[in-house]
Amino acid sequence: MLKFVLSRFLQGLLVLLAIYALTFVLVALTPGSPFSSERAIRPEILAQIESFYGFDKPPLERFWTSLTNAIQGEFGPSAVYANRSVTDIIGEAFPVSIQLGAISLLVALGIGIPAGILAAVKRNTWLDYLPMSASMVGICLPTFVLGPILVLIFGIILQTLPVSGWFGPEYMILPAATLGLFYAAYFARLTRGGMLEMLNQDFVRTARAKGVPESTIIWKHCLKGGLIPAITYLGPATAGIISGSFVVETIFQIPGLGQWFVQAALNRDDFLILGLTVLFASLIVVMNLLVDIIQVALNPRLKYEK
Amino acid sequence: MSRSADIVAGAEQRLAAAPVPEEFEKGTSLWEDAWHRLQRNRLAMISLFVFSAIVLFCVIGPFLSPYDAEAQDLLKGAQGPSAEHWFGTDTLGRDLMVRTMEGGRISLLVGLIATLVALAIGVVYGATAGYLGGKVDATMMRIVDTLYALPFTIFVILLMVAFGRSLWLIFVAIGAVEWLSMARIVRAGVIGLKKQEFVEAAVSLGYSHTRIIVRHLIPNVLGPVIVIATLTVPAVMLLEAFLSFLGLGVQPPNASWGVLINEGQQNMEIFPWLLMFPAFFFALTLFTLNFLGDGLRDALDPKSAKD
Repeated sequence: MLKFVLSRFLQGLLVLLAIYALTFVLVALTPGSPFSSERAIRPEILAQIESFYGFDKPPLERFWTSLTNAIQGEFGPSAVYANRSVTDIIGEAFPVSIQLGAISLLVALGIGIPAGILAAVKRNTWLDYLPMSASMVGICLPTFVLGPILVLIFGIILQTLPVSGWFGPEYMILPAATLGLFYAAYFARLTRGGMLEMLNQDFVRTARAKGVPESTIIWKHCLKGGLIPAITYLGPATAGIISGSFVVETIFQIPGLGQWFVQAALNRDDFLILGLTVLFASLIVVMNLLVDIIQVALNPRLKYEK
Repeated sequence: MSRSADIVAGAEQRLAAAPVPEEFEKGTSLWEDAWHRLQRNRLAMISLFVFSAIVLFCVIGPFLSPYDAEAQDLLKGAQGPSAEHWFGTDTLGRDLMVRTMEGGRISLLVGLIATLVALAIGVVYGATAGYLGGKVDATMMRIVDTLYALPFTIFVILLMVAFGRSLWLIFVAIGAVEWLSMARIVRAGVIGLKKQEFVEAAVSLGYSHTRIIVRHLIPNVLGPVIVIATLTVPAVMLLEAFLSFLGLGVQPPNASWGVLINEGQQNMEIFPWLLMFPAFFFALTLFTLNFLGDGLRDALDPKSAKD
């Protein structure tokens, strides 16, 4: 087990390194520079600015400096917002984003998994059809459609919930619902599929024949295996919630990392782009590592295959 | 964001376990069979009908409308739906109905072309990995697994920033990230097929690898590939709309549904119809494509338990 975790961890580090290099190359390939603006800047001043940020060095040297700094947790200054470092910005916006992300994921799991189990157990009854139709609708309502609709209903017509800013629990409801419901729909479908597959196994028939109560069959015999598809989807869901936060933070004016990332991409803020990409990628890599470990814990057969 | 994630796993298993459904051996009747099965699926048929109607609406509509999508009429800006402008007008006085049609053209075009790009990459990659097998296969699939775990949207955003925001780049960038499921499905199918006698026969006749892959293996995995392609179209359209919503996708004066939804949500407090019409068409398109994909899966792959 330890060996497996260690090898996955090293693999994760390699992936992060590759992402860092790829992002660096993409940013470096972008035409223009963060300092080109509408106003004409005198060439010597531009050269001064560029040398301050280290842009006059050869690319490989820049890559090496930025990589060694990044490993020490230092991503350099923001190239657009004077006197602010990338680490500052992350320190300020990260708590907001992590709250939003965690609550959304809880919404997704808290609604999706119970709904999926219920649908599988009460297969082909209205308790199955209702949540599954709802999840089909959910899958077809992406964040940027659902968000404005929720704002319209709860913020403008009913005027019950605040629709912009991030000042307290009531501000979190709509954004977390927007982000979470889409994935709740996914988790519901995956859980239902996984549970149905388990419920159709021979050992379940045997257990039923032995007179094991249905609740024991569901909770003790099937739940572990039935959850595997949903657990596997946790990795992609995390990635999706991160990119979804770009949209949700824009709609609800939330001062999180997503807004910063979109702004950084539009403004060509090289250091900020690099810092945030690495941060997002690390989150996803860590989540995938967790998923791998949970999977092996739930399904011991995997231990011998790898 | 791919709707297909849950389907991939199931289809992979079935393909590996049950290499050649009897239908394949009957030659052309597979497609007739599938068509009959699809016709019995009312939801899929309704979806097919609605989707076709949306496509017609978007493709032919602009020719029939008296308005031009880019013609501004500031005096008639931001009017609600009326007999004159059925969907109302936007803040610059452009007819929203024509804008929705033209936006749909671009969204559907992205859906189609980016899916074809993904299809081309996925089929070639998956077929090669499955056919060669062994270490090559293991390495190639390890790469796919690793790619699955990457923050793709972020890369698409970076690509859009690095190489300018042209429509062609959108096709390629989105296609380049959506081929993974396709590759896995094709690989699983090819692995199941290559043990079959007809492939052995082709090998003993001395056909080249390329010919065997292109002429004998790929045609036999077309069914699942069509299903996954149908489900990739909405995924691709979703990604395009996501980019356009953030201002990183289709650029003015062109507009896709994502652009229109973004414009709509900025003004929805006062002019809610600007959001409602494009959002309705976009959601309806995703809806019908997903149902159609599910229906096609049941029709082309009847072994999949209907659960």
